Amino acid sequence: MGLEAYIAVSAALFCLGVVAIVVRRNVLYVLFGIEMILNAANINFVAFNHFQGGGLEGRMFAIFTIILAAAEAAVALAIVLNIFHLFNSVKPSEADLLRE
Amino acid sequence: MENSSKIFYAVLALAFLAGQGWGMATGGVEGLAFALFASLTIGGALMCIWERSVVRSAFSLLATFSGIAGFFVLLHSDYLAMAQLLIYAGGILALLLFGVMLTPPDLGERKLPRVLTGLGVFGAGFAWVSLKVAATAKWAVRDDAPVEVGTNAERIGLGFLRADQYVVPFELAAVVLTVALVAAVYIARRRPGDLVDREGDAA
Repeated sequence: MGLEAYIAVSAALFCLGVVAIVVRRNVLYVLFGIEMILNAANINFVAFNHFQGGGLEGRMFAIFTIILAAAEAAVALAIVLNIFHLFNSVKPSEADLLRE
Repeated sequence: MENSSKIFYAVLALAFLAGQGWGMATGGVEGLAFALFASLTIGGALMCIWERSVVRSAFSLLATFSGIAGFFVLLHSDYLAMAQLLIYAGGILALLLFGVMLTPPDLGERKLPRVLTGLGVFGAGFAWVSLKVAATAKWAVRDDAPVEVGTNAERIGLGFLRADQYVVPFELAAVVLTVALVAAVYIARRRPGDLVDREGDAA
């Protein structure tokens, strides 16, 4: 399988992540979509690294992306819990305290 | 099961079979494995968008993460495949499920027209961009790239430790992770006033 096949899958996963964020009215789907987008980026890093030869740069970048995704998931979950606690809802549009 | 879901899963199964056939025809065994992982990844993501229940969506992400781990194996990145399974399928998914458990279900939230419109618009955009890219792009692929054999986990581990390579980003990532986890606990904790307020609301 060539590089193009991996890039196509990664682009499709990225699009689905954006769709998950845009289409569903629930904060948790925003988190799901972000995870999909980060994973799509990771596929690209590793695929380009592999097809460029024996380097490690892309893989290292992917590892750091995974680390930051873990940190992001933990903080985002805490924020979601707080939003639910404050507004009694998980709809992103109802968290509008700053709008007043 | 609703009729729309039946149609959706039938289309998904047909696409899966077609993908397997395409992979077998173009790449032999490796193509078959690629098609399997690709359909796991894309199918899981589609299911995540489609399903009404947040729990099912979260579990369908398991397929996505596992498929990506399979890609990493195909790309000779065994260490990353293992990290993907441990951190994503083991850690982040458990975290997301924890979030699902702590928020109420809302089965009327998914609107079918909105889902179909979103999938249609982004599917058309994806098709248009990929046709453009396939026609014009020149990828920076080296034809003389050395064929990778064996594992590179040892090289990655040494790269983390050597001062002329990645030791500073590695330590920084450790600090960031620690700070983020402590901050997450701090943000999510219940403040002493919260319980009083709640009881006051109920009374």
